[in-house]
Amino acid sequence: MILGVHDLAVTRGGIAILDGVGFGLRAGEALILRGPNGIGKTTLLRTVAGLQPPRAGRMELPPEGAAYAGHADGLKATLSVTENLTFWARIYGQSDIAPALAAMELEALAGRPAQNLSAGQKRRLGLARLLVTGRRLWLLDEPTVSLDAASVGLFAKAVRRHLASGGAALMATHIDLGLDEARVLDLTPFRAKPAAPGQGGGFDDQFDGAFA
Amino acid sequence: MSIWEYANPKKFMQTSSWALPWVTGLAVVTLLTGLVWGFFFTPDDFRQGATVKIIYIHVPSAMMAINAWAMMLVTSLIWLIRRHHVSVLAAKAAAPIGMTMTLIALFTGAIWGQPMWGTWWAWDPRLTSFLILFLFYLGYIALWEAVDDPDTAADLTSVLCLVGSVFALLSRYAVLFWNQGLHQGASLSLDKEEHVADVFAWPLWISMAGFVLLFITLVLLRTRTEIRSRRLRALEARERMA
Amino acid sequence: MLALLLRDLRLATRAGGGFGLSLAFFLIVTVLVPFGVGPEGGILARIAPGILWVGALLSCLLSLDRIFALDREDGSLDLLATAPIPLEGVVAAKALAHWLTTGLPLTLGAPVLGVLLHLPGSGFAWLTLSLLLGTPALSVIGTFGAALTVGLKRGGLLLSLLVLPLYIPTLIFGAEAARRGSEGLATATPLLMLAGITAGAVAMLPFASAAAIRVNLR
Repeated sequence: MILGVHDLAVTRGGIAILDGVGFGLRAGEALILRGPNGIGKTTLLRTVAGLQPPRAGRMELPPEGAAYAGHADGLKATLSVTENLTFWARIYGQSDIAPALAAMELEALAGRPAQNLSAGQKRRLGLARLLVTGRRLWLLDEPTVSLDAASVGLFAKAVRRHLASGGAALMATHIDLGLDEARVLDLTPFRAKPAAPGQGGGFDDQFDGAFA
Repeated sequence: MSIWEYANPKKFMQTSSWALPWVTGLAVVTLLTGLVWGFFFTPDDFRQGATVKIIYIHVPSAMMAINAWAMMLVTSLIWLIRRHHVSVLAAKAAAPIGMTMTLIALFTGAIWGQPMWGTWWAWDPRLTSFLILFLFYLGYIALWEAVDDPDTAADLTSVLCLVGSVFALLSRYAVLFWNQGLHQGASLSLDKEEHVADVFAWPLWISMAGFVLLFITLVLLRTRTEIRSRRLRALEARERMA
Repeated sequence: MLALLLRDLRLATRAGGGFGLSLAFFLIVTVLVPFGVGPEGGILARIAPGILWVGALLSCLLSLDRIFALDREDGSLDLLATAPIPLEGVVAAKALAHWLTTGLPLTLGAPVLGVLLHLPGSGFAWLTLSLLLGTPALSVIGTFGAALTVGLKRGGLLLSLLVLPLYIPTLIFGAEAARRGSEGLATATPLLMLAGITAGAVAMLPFASAAAIRVNLR
């Protein structure tokens, strides 16, 4: 088990948005989060990544087990592709960036500053960053935004290789990646109900009675 | 029954609504007694004349200016450690009061200083320290105003209050080192005999008690307002979700 | 952490990195002072240590909001927060990078500007030493302010409001050491206090800054 999520509740801006979310991810598995905009896919991913605390529930995840990739790619415009990637590799204690460059077909662009890349190329560089983290669990938030069909194919191949080598991936995406083995979790049923008075347990609910 | 029960907003609202009229009344009576006694029934100082009577506002407000920050430090710590919302809202409520007390102390000091030292302002360690304290209040309040999410604001301001306290203390000693100053020593002290004469001391003690009670009244009142506005936010959010 | 430090240094020296801007600002502020108080050498010599310290402090302030805001914008801060190095280390590396690109150049540039302000000959060594000891505190405290305001759209002005009061003790002891030095008085006490503030700030504030960043990323 790489990731176990039990009865998780997450908040955005102090308001509960998802409640009772539970799933597990074993090595070699991928899970795709679905649901309408605003349901809380990004918030759930950020919570699993440890960027924000859950409101309730618990997560089982080895320390430093996950690599997170959000909407922004974390690229520095004035650094070259190699410099950007080398930096993240060194942060994660890795040294070899050649396989990652190859997997995302970025070799030809290696010396180019990130500011001169197209949106899709930047995205590919952002995804190449995942390959140099060496982490088993990938948390991907809309990973295929601004990628063309060929690049989506590259990405799917990279994910599949990651799964085959014992990794796992949790992603929020609307695009069909052709990953037929991936399970799909629709978050709509977990939408938090507006807490009944006195039931929420949070600060705002603690004193419903005081104003009754 | 523990003190933490009052951290429950419901309990706090109930208790404070019961206590508020009493505290308010007591504050009014004490303040009136102290100030009227001080202003009208004490002799003029042989050197300072009637100007000395500003002491009944100056000293208590200066005391509360510091105590308000101390209270904010304690309640901020309680928030950081035990996550009691009422606690941090009390800190938020106390800040403008403390800032006002600082301003009152500075202004009454200037009014007093003009006839005594011949100047409205001097870069004396005590005066300077209060000016610095004012700046710290300003920053703390500005940070509350700037951050939208209430819990984020609570965390950030609490950390600032903590760090600010250390630097405020440092500033106090830095300023002492920087300029020795002409301010008199403490007006009241338990272990020294050289300070204010007894005729002046009694109304001063009462005024100080009055300022403490006034502070408690205002903090209770403002905390209740803060809780209500948080409640309003929650209701609005709930309405949007439904 | 070394990788982060090197990256920040590299970014600062690339186009648009802002390296040298604070030094230029320092120069301009110093040049403006004689226009304000008159060209008389005696007055300038007397106020030179204080002016140079205030100028260095303001120049330092100028670049603070870049410390985290840019990383926040492009998502690097999220990624750094989930990276294997502790956030406290990230903060410390960023503060060190800020000092190397701002505090150190200001320290080295100050004696040159001291000539413009007729700083007495005995003051140069003490001015440089006091800045060398004090500017790390300015960077670390500034990093804390930047961490507090990283989530805000227009945090720049608030950042100054929060950081300047925290700078007071550093300024007092730093300028006092430089002043005493230029007047030929004993400088040991203010210098030791200054070193103490820097040591304390470097040891403690990264924890507060990291806590503030965690709160701001939620």
